[in-house]
Amino acid sequence: MELLLVFLIGALYASGVYLILRRSMVRLLLGIILLGNGTNILIFLLGTITKGKPPVMAANLEVFEDIYADPIPQALILTAIVISFGLTSFAIVLLKRVYALLGTDDLDTLNTPQEEDI
Amino acid sequence: MIDNHIVATVLVHLFTALAQLLLPKKTVPQMILSIAGCLLSFLLALALFMKVYSGGILTMNAANWDAPFGIVFVADLFSSTMVLLTSVAALAVSIFSAVGVGRARMLFGYFPIFHFLIMGLNGAFLTGDIFNLYVWFEVVIISSFVLLTLGGRIPQLEGAVKYMAMNILASMFFLTGIGILYGITGSLNMADLSLKIAQVEDRSVVNLTAIFFLVGFGIKSAVFPLYFWLPSSYHTPPSAVAAVFGGLLTKLGLYALFRCFTLLFVPDDFAQTVFIIIACATILTGAFGALIRTNIRRVLSYLIVCHIGFVVGGLGLCSKTALLGAVFYLIHDIIVKTNLFLIAGLIRQLRGTMNMGKLGGIYAEYPKISLLIAIVLFSLVGIPPLSGFWPKIYLIEAALMSKSYAFTASVILGSFITLFVVAKLWSEVFWKDAVVDEVIVDNFKPLKTGRKFLMILPIGILASTSLFIGLNAEFIIQVADRIANEMIDTTPYTSAVLGNK
Amino acid sequence: MKSPILQSASRYLLPILLLFSVFLLLRGHYYPGGGFVGGLVAAIAFVLHSFAFGTAESMKMLKYKPSAIIPVGLIVAAIAMFLPVLFGLPVMTGLWIEEPIPVVGMIGSALLFDIGVYLVVIGVVLTILFTISLETH
Repeated sequence: MELLLVFLIGALYASGVYLILRRSMVRLLLGIILLGNGTNILIFLLGTITKGKPPVMAANLEVFEDIYADPIPQALILTAIVISFGLTSFAIVLLKRVYALLGTDDLDTLNTPQEEDI
Repeated sequence: MIDNHIVATVLVHLFTALAQLLLPKKTVPQMILSIAGCLLSFLLALALFMKVYSGGILTMNAANWDAPFGIVFVADLFSSTMVLLTSVAALAVSIFSAVGVGRARMLFGYFPIFHFLIMGLNGAFLTGDIFNLYVWFEVVIISSFVLLTLGGRIPQLEGAVKYMAMNILASMFFLTGIGILYGITGSLNMADLSLKIAQVEDRSVVNLTAIFFLVGFGIKSAVFPLYFWLPSSYHTPPSAVAAVFGGLLTKLGLYALFRCFTLLFVPDDFAQTVFIIIACATILTGAFGALIRTNIRRVLSYLIVCHIGFVVGGLGLCSKTALLGAVFYLIHDIIVKTNLFLIAGLIRQLRGTMNMGKLGGIYAEYPKISLLIAIVLFSLVGIPPLSGFWPKIYLIEAALMSKSYAFTASVILGSFITLFVVAKLWSEVFWKDAVVDEVIVDNFKPLKTGRKFLMILPIGILASTSLFIGLNAEFIIQVADRIANEMIDTTPYTSAVLGNK
Repeated sequence: MKSPILQSASRYLLPILLLFSVFLLLRGHYYPGGGFVGGLVAAIAFVLHSFAFGTAESMKMLKYKPSAIIPVGLIVAAIAMFLPVLFGLPVMTGLWIEEPIPVVGMIGSALLFDIGVYLVVIGVVLTILFTISLETH
């Protein structure tokens, strides 16, 4: 399981970086999404994967008796997913606006000179 | 001890933003709420600063979970100083926004988002949990995206694409770092981490993690190879927004850099060399970039980059004097840079352009305003006894003590180029006669006196803060000295957070 | 693209999904679920409706703009966060009533917070998806 995840993370990071280095805005966006997913799986992997119960104790017990799964990585991933959901949707809207205004997908063309610029 | 005072500034900005969201179409009440909220949070931040200054580090366990398990908020002198400075800058910007931001932008929700941004900044300064720091960073980033694109002109959107791509990338680096850190230590509390990282035997993993943090925060604070998004986006939004960005956002990156590399990873010789090289390159590239630009805000953007080098260099030298100088410079820089972007907005209001070639004759027409601006420009350059002068003395002294001549030379060269750029700005914009064949669009004269006052007042507030910092340098040095002590000896921090176990 | 099968299915699925989302919201404190997931499910119910009938139709059915619900949710969550301060406890401490209420179970400020999250998530997701899908046409 761990080894599989390691390869998955590697593939996600590699393709994410490759896509970010392209000139197309859509690929940039896809690259960012892939990198985000890679990071989330990395947190999941490094938080040690154990099959266990949720760490909620019954009120009449002093110590937890079963094996419990660490809930923190899941909380972190959930937060990260929520955040990247917000960021990604904002990025989609932004890139769509840019595309609608400029009619191009090429990042190198994003240098419209301004009157007061230079 | 239960002390909700620590998060009071965060809560004030949160509730201000919420109240404004309930009044979506009413810009005047939003404006008043915004100024009132900023004033209140300034007073609370001042009280917090006094409390921490006299009583030592305060902590609060959010949701009443004990320290290494729950999220803890910590107000040590460094963070409470940053919160205080943020509040001053936010107050000034919120007053300026009342006049400097168009009604269309306000209707779109400028004020609530501005308050969410400031809330995020305050939260990031006060949190003692590394993942919570990431969340606050994201609050700041999302709000800054919206502020950057409000209005939706083409250059703004183009700037926003670059800003967005780089900042999301920085967050990924940061998050990856946190993931690895949790994997090797099993903790997220910064005080707990600082103890646990010191015990990790495999130093190469620790160093690798440190690199993730360095790159992540490096992008945010715009250091040498990673700064190029800054000059290509900061000149696009309205001046009030650019002032918050220029004054505070990069400084958040610096704050995080300082926190991480004094508390979590103590830099070894190699890391110090890396920091020094980054600092020198940042100073020089920023300064040279500022030389060739003619748009005022682009010049200022490069000057931000240049001066970030000074602070990073202070971290790289890592001696007490250097940290003192760097912290002092940070304090001075937040106020001055915010003010400079507000001034750029004022100049635009006066003349309708920010191109230095087309400007001129402002001194002849508005001598009093020009003199006020001169104070700010002088303190940026660091003419004694104004605020930019003292930290540079400390930085140069520290650099000479640790025989880091390259950094000394860079600081001196960077200061001279700043002087040259500022002199050029002053003579082109203020002293030079107005350009004859240019049509002057003066949007300032027809304004009512009250609105004129609202535009000058924030610049006055920040300029007098700069004067206070410069003339009261002894007090600021005392504060910076204690902050530097806290950075070098982190035991008070860790024992305050974890309790004396 | 208006398929009658999807239309009649979504007419029945909409209330069921909304009910399921409330179920997820209420069981969220100790079991998998909670405000975020519940909110997503509720938002998906409306998104399904918009697939079947078109975005304009769904917006007409909702009457209010989905973005109007965001501040309400934020305020509910903020109140839940701020409430313990009035009792002299740190921000965000969970407050619980003494006796459980039938069906719903124990009620505390955590539930209030979750309801806030639920509303915010519905508002945000619908705002984003409607913005994106309306701009396409």
